[in-house]
Amino acid sequence: MIRLTDVVKRFGDHAAVDGISLSIKRGTTCALIGPSGCGKSTLLRVMLGLLPADSGAVEFDGRSVAGDGRTLRKRVGYAIQSGGLFPHLTSRQNVMLPARAHGVDAESRTAELAGLVRLEPALLDRYPSELSGGQRQRVALMRALVLTPEALLLDEPLGALDPVVRSELQTELKALFATLGKTVVLVTHDLAEAAYLAPDDIVLLRDGTIAQRGPFAELREKPADAFVSGFVEAQSRRVAALVAS
Amino acid sequence: MSVRRWLAASAVVVVVAVALTLVFVGAAPDRPLRVGSKTFTEQVVLGEVLEQLASSAGTNAEHRRDLGDSRILFNALLAGDLDAYPEYTGTLFAELLRDEDLPGFAELREHLGGLGLGISEPIGFNNTYAIAMRRERAAELGVARVSDLADHPGLRMGFTPGFMERADGWPGLRAAYGLAGLDARGMNHDLAYRALESGDIDAVDAYSTDAEIAYYDLVWLEDDRRFFPRYDAVVLYRLDLAERAPEALAAMLRLEGALDALAMSALNESAKIGRVPEAVVAQRFIAEAFGVETQAVVETRAQRLVRTTLEQLRLVGVSMLAAVLVSIPLGIVAARVRPAAPLVLGAVGILQTIPALALLVLLIRPFGLTSTTAIVALFLYSLLPIVRNTHAALTSIPGDLRESADAIGLTAAQRLRWIEMPLATRSILAGIKTAIVINIGTATLAALIGAGGYGQPILTGIRLDDFGLILEGAVPAAAMAIVFGLTFDGIERAITPRGLRAA
Repeated sequence: MIRLTDVVKRFGDHAAVDGISLSIKRGTTCALIGPSGCGKSTLLRVMLGLLPADSGAVEFDGRSVAGDGRTLRKRVGYAIQSGGLFPHLTSRQNVMLPARAHGVDAESRTAELAGLVRLEPALLDRYPSELSGGQRQRVALMRALVLTPEALLLDEPLGALDPVVRSELQTELKALFATLGKTVVLVTHDLAEAAYLAPDDIVLLRDGTIAQRGPFAELREKPADAFVSGFVEAQSRRVAALVAS
Repeated sequence: MSVRRWLAASAVVVVVAVALTLVFVGAAPDRPLRVGSKTFTEQVVLGEVLEQLASSAGTNAEHRRDLGDSRILFNALLAGDLDAYPEYTGTLFAELLRDEDLPGFAELREHLGGLGLGISEPIGFNNTYAIAMRRERAAELGVARVSDLADHPGLRMGFTPGFMERADGWPGLRAAYGLAGLDARGMNHDLAYRALESGDIDAVDAYSTDAEIAYYDLVWLEDDRRFFPRYDAVVLYRLDLAERAPEALAAMLRLEGALDALAMSALNESAKIGRVPEAVVAQRFIAEAFGVETQAVVETRAQRLVRTTLEQLRLVGVSMLAAVLVSIPLGIVAARVRPAAPLVLGAVGILQTIPALALLVLLIRPFGLTSTTAIVALFLYSLLPIVRNTHAALTSIPGDLRESADAIGLTAAQRLRWIEMPLATRSILAGIKTAIVINIGTATLAALIGAGGYGQPILTGIRLDDFGLILEGAVPAAAMAIVFGLTFDGIERAITPRGLRAA
């Protein structure tokens, strides 16, 4: 569904993405993980064509993302850490914005979407500033889902939340991904979150390259190098507890 | 929907502004015969006399009073914005036509004829420059002649800005008498008299027919080296009046030889110190000198207030409407097309640094002595705050919102209409509000080129030392700024969605 070949993305002299090749199958959930500055967020943006790759090929469903960006964006839902909600629009207007932009009537889907992300429908008439962080994140998810996209790209979707709400939403997200059965690529810095939401496909990045890719168990049992084992080690106690539960 | 609200508010503003424009601009009727006068009392009285004489001949005439300085009036006469105004031969020889080196009156008349202008015989008084001091102070220092001033370096002179600069003024006088030791500074003529009275300065430049000579008990210093040329008052007019309005021209030329220095000084005194409206002073003079009954149009305070308010509203309304329509798109271009930003912002910034008076004088050339000149100047001054705020608001939209708009796949137009403009509205309104307050204040300078507005009572008030008249312009101008400010606060509240208010 998403295929990257030798992709390089530079900011000045620094290569944030340094020759990555990666393919993500339809219907799977993939987590991009790594320390700050490893290029995971940049990689996500390159996948959607929000940032143009300096070299290499980025394809979505067999077509280069460099071409018709607008059509691609209609087929992919996208949500970021802070939610990216427009403060001058109500939640409902925020959710409906992609539909309005692409001339699609999606009003009838409101209730279904609100149910899917477990948001009180009455909250839809509030402005983002009148919602809690968790509620904002649910609205952002609704907006990402409103056009029934084939894939979801999420950048630290739970990054801005306090631990309690975060753990609650993790559970819900996992259920949501299972219900939707869509291709999901999510960026997180938290290995526990990655292991929980995408246990079968974790891409660990380091300085713009892939350090190791595989199921969580493989990263833990057969780390490719000292960096991987160190990264896993650092968070493994919490992860172990989480996986065991 | 906030977008709909935004559009609705814009539509209301446009409709109101267009309506105002239509009401105030209207179709101009047949252009009346226009008399001008410079911004001092004698000129205004003479202007009234000319206008009333022309009217008495059955011509539709009007008087543009308190226009800036000689150059503005002379150019307006050349351009046909004015048909006649009182001038002085010394000013023509030594200032306006200095480069022609004309030897005498006959050559002056011939040269003016070549420019399409006529000059009357002298009206009858020589209003030459003079250096005046308080009688006591002059006696105390033993100063009776201009050459005596050289013995008192450090004396403080308060000269009109024109006198400070013109060749036949201070620079020439200083050279002729060797007065480099004096401390000369430029100040408004009427303020200079008050500074003289309070002892802040020792001498002023004065005209020999000034009402204040008697009022403040001043003495003229004798021009013992005959530096100042003769300043015989004359009427300058367009030669085409002989065909367009021969009766009016003949009536105005009755002034030739009809007014001597003593009589002029008396007229100045009753206007300036007796506070008789210039129109009435002129009417009385005409009745006495020519036995002709004329109409003296004297506005009541209320009529004047209504007129100046309408003039001010028109100046501000038209210039602001144009500024808003031009500067918001300019701000968008500056924000969108990166290489254009320094050009656009730099250009509107430079406009802002041109002094108002200089800008008005520059614009008189293409637009004449009309309110258009003032409106164009105000328009140019109003651009910067709106362009800058539009640009700043559009370029400071947070990165995550930009990215979200991009990720949703909004087209450039959708992003501008649905996201960027609504988010920028508050900042743009603040820019418009700043512009309008600057505009209302600057619009009072429009009176310097005869465009009316609240500046006119202020100018007249300064000229007549009438504080009430100054307030009559200053208070409504301040009130107008406050009302517009509050209106914009209201508009801002009405169109700011709840989601942005808390932020």
